[in-house]
Amino acid sequence: MVSFILKRIASGISVLVAISFFTYCLLYFSSANIARNILGEYASQEQVQAKEIALGLHRPLLTRFFEWAGNALHGDFGVSWFTSEPVVSAITTRLPITLTLVIVSIVCIAIVATLLGMAAAVKRGWIDRLVQGAAVVGDAIPDFVLAIVLVSVFAITLKIFPATSSISPDSGADAWAASMTLPVIALLINGIASIAQQIRSAVIKQLERDYVRTLRSRGIPEWEILFKHVLRSAAPAGLTVLSLKFVGMLGGVVIIEQIFALPGMGALAVQSTSMGDIPLVMGVVLYTVIIVIIVNLLVDLINGWLNPKVRVS
Amino acid sequence: MSVPVELVGQSGTVVRSNVIKKILKNPLGLSAVVVLLFMVVLAVLANVLTSFDPNFANIGKTLASGDAVNLLGTDSVGRDVWSRLVFGARTTLLSALLCAAVAIAIGLPSGLVAGYYGGKFDGVSNWLVNVLMSLPGIIVLLTVRAALGPSVWLSMVAFGILMAPGYFRLTRTAVQSVRNELYVDAARVAGLSDTAIMSRHIFSVVRAPIIIQTAVICGVAIAIQSGLEFLGLGDPSVATWGVMLNEGFKNIYLSPLLLVWPALAIGLTIGALVLLANAIRDALEDAEKIKAPKRGGNTAQASLATVRRRPDRTFSAVVEAGTEHHLVKVSHLGVGYPQADGSIKKVVDDVSFHVDRGEVLGIVGESGSGKSQTAFSILGLLPDAARIVGGSIQFDGKYTVAPTDDRVSQTRLSEYRGKRISYIPQEPMSNLDPAFTIGYQLVTPMMRVLKISKSEATKRALKLLDDVGIRFPEKTFEAYPHEVSGGMAQRVLIAGAISCEPDLIIADEPTTALDVTVQADVLDLVRDLQKRLGVGVILVTHNFGVVADLCDRVAVMQNGRLVEDGDVRDILRNPKDPYTQKLLSSMLEDKEPMTMLVSAGMPAAQAAARNDERDEKEMAR
Repeated sequence: MVSFILKRIASGISVLVAISFFTYCLLYFSSANIARNILGEYASQEQVQAKEIALGLHRPLLTRFFEWAGNALHGDFGVSWFTSEPVVSAITTRLPITLTLVIVSIVCIAIVATLLGMAAAVKRGWIDRLVQGAAVVGDAIPDFVLAIVLVSVFAITLKIFPATSSISPDSGADAWAASMTLPVIALLINGIASIAQQIRSAVIKQLERDYVRTLRSRGIPEWEILFKHVLRSAAPAGLTVLSLKFVGMLGGVVIIEQIFALPGMGALAVQSTSMGDIPLVMGVVLYTVIIVIIVNLLVDLINGWLNPKVRVS
Repeated sequence: MSVPVELVGQSGTVVRSNVIKKILKNPLGLSAVVVLLFMVVLAVLANVLTSFDPNFANIGKTLASGDAVNLLGTDSVGRDVWSRLVFGARTTLLSALLCAAVAIAIGLPSGLVAGYYGGKFDGVSNWLVNVLMSLPGIIVLLTVRAALGPSVWLSMVAFGILMAPGYFRLTRTAVQSVRNELYVDAARVAGLSDTAIMSRHIFSVVRAPIIIQTAVICGVAIAIQSGLEFLGLGDPSVATWGVMLNEGFKNIYLSPLLLVWPALAIGLTIGALVLLANAIRDALEDAEKIKAPKRGGNTAQASLATVRRRPDRTFSAVVEAGTEHHLVKVSHLGVGYPQADGSIKKVVDDVSFHVDRGEVLGIVGESGSGKSQTAFSILGLLPDAARIVGGSIQFDGKYTVAPTDDRVSQTRLSEYRGKRISYIPQEPMSNLDPAFTIGYQLVTPMMRVLKISKSEATKRALKLLDDVGIRFPEKTFEAYPHEVSGGMAQRVLIAGAISCEPDLIIADEPTTALDVTVQADVLDLVRDLQKRLGVGVILVTHNFGVVADLCDRVAVMQNGRLVEDGDVRDILRNPKDPYTQKLLSSMLEDKEPMTMLVSAGMPAAQAAARNDERDEKEMAR
């Protein structure tokens, strides 16, 4: 078990290093006019050159990367080239908003999709048709289009929810709830439909297995067979898709945050990439990838716990 | 896409079917094709359909509503919305195709090679896939845009690379599954080169899933591209639906219609792609279903009523249908499955027999004779689609299936199942839940049924494991099903069957899936337990040897009917029905007669002594 975790962490770190280097290379080619951009149009050529030297832009790619990586290992991600705000603090003030949005959505999706998928598999009939139909509709509408519709109907026309966020660093729970409701709904629909579909087919497959019949013959109550045995064997299929959904959502939430003007990682990502703020972009990419790696590790661990065969190998 | 798709079934036979026809017959598939064709026509004929340049700005006429000149009005800088929409269709569709093409160009060949050869390439490419799949798409695209500029085409190439793992995995899995198929082996032996095998035999397997995947990927590409442009990160000089969405959202208070057109175009196109993928999948599955035997599906209540009548007595074998009290009494039982055409296919027809405490009844027949279906109706564990079409079942004098029921009542059965009626299945491995320890699977039923504490149930379970001849009960108790042998697993299932002290055990071919050497041990165990506990046993088997060895009475079934029943010795010595004679003769040909036949007169004590001897051997193991 320990060696399994260590192996996964090692592979996670290798992925992290590869992605950091790849991103740094990409950004290196985009940083030609950075100093000019920072100083503005009216700065003199000398000022620009001085700025380039101050930022270390004149040095070769590898030197710059290793310097950045060395500092990053010590937890120092540098400061934003444009605002001079430390990257770590820029990210940590915005990360909670994005994570709340994504985690609340994922948890809601997991619960609702599991119940719907199981109901569809066990009861069949109308609820099955509903899940199947919803899966198609959910796949068909991109979540940001849904978000636009939600904004125009519930925020602009009906004025039930605020169209833009009211979250500030020290705002209370009600401001969060008001600002998060529509974005979460926009993220939910598509996820619930596709995960419920996964759970449905996995549960149907498990219900046909011989051991279910034997459990019934032993006098185990039906609810226990469904929620303890069948769900446990059906869960990995749903979990894998859920983890992919999580990765997709970490990126997709960028657009959702823009629509609802949520001051999360999305706004930071858009600003920093469009201006070429290398330390900030690297910070955003690194944090995102670390979260993804942690989630993947968690999913592997849960799958191992659910399925003893995986645990052994 | 216009080629008939070849499907390679499990049997290796090739099913050719015109999938296109099926898609067009499906109303959703048809509407998807119509919508997509419409969008393609818009894209191709963009120059003809509008006289405006999509970027021509008429500052004098901004945010105008539709009129004869500007069909759908103008946007905030006076550009014609209709012309932007049709030119947007061109850019959007082309860029989605570009994305899919890049993904296929990378994913397909690498998946083929990785799946076919495995080894180092497989390892490296899997690591790369892991890297790509850990990348949040939009963040990467933002970075690419920062580095290389806001080009639609460049970002779609980058997105294509990110989407390549989808094709890679699909191809790799498909190739791995067919790599060792016999026909690929045969091709290899016949001297075909690897390239020829891959292109001819393996490509045909992955073609259909790739078409489906492409439809899905195009949808995703359109969504993500419009998303980026919606953020204002697109190329402002190129008209796309995403750029129009951005423009519309800025003016959402002034002119909401500006938002509607591109949103509609995006929703319709992606929706059509998803529906098309589903329609192709359904059409392919239909082609597979034709090969599979039809079963269940539409229930036909009307015809059920006509089938449900008292069965014709003349068919039934001679049975005691008296009123005396038996442990189980099955009277004129009929079981059937509704067919798609409304008829009901009977698999058990007018079957009657009874079992008493301390008695072993064998039900013998070939596969498909209805013997297992009969056993499962006593347990109430028939598949959902099954219907009781006649007769009744009584357990200990009470109806579990009353004469008018058309399904087994689960509430009635749940009073007995696991408590007084238990079950030993055929295939030991698949009948244990792989996710729970053997101990858990023994302890839980006892806690639920006997209402005893966990520690008491654990104590009993260990004793039971010892009783069924498992040498290290503690070790087996902790083990997961995949950690024990088939013979051990069957002993565990037998221990489970006797754990709640049942009155009746139904054993469905309990030795068929086991090695020959283990079979004898398990039969000895069943015999010993039956004697010791004095339970009634219904033993379902196709093997007359097992019947001769264990049973007191036997019922012979053929095609859902009972053809003969009676005392084992009578039937073995003097079978009346030609089918029984045939079964017996096929079994005895070129074989030593079973001990039961030659030593039929052996005193009971002698037989018991022989059993004890075997039991000791069993326990010592």
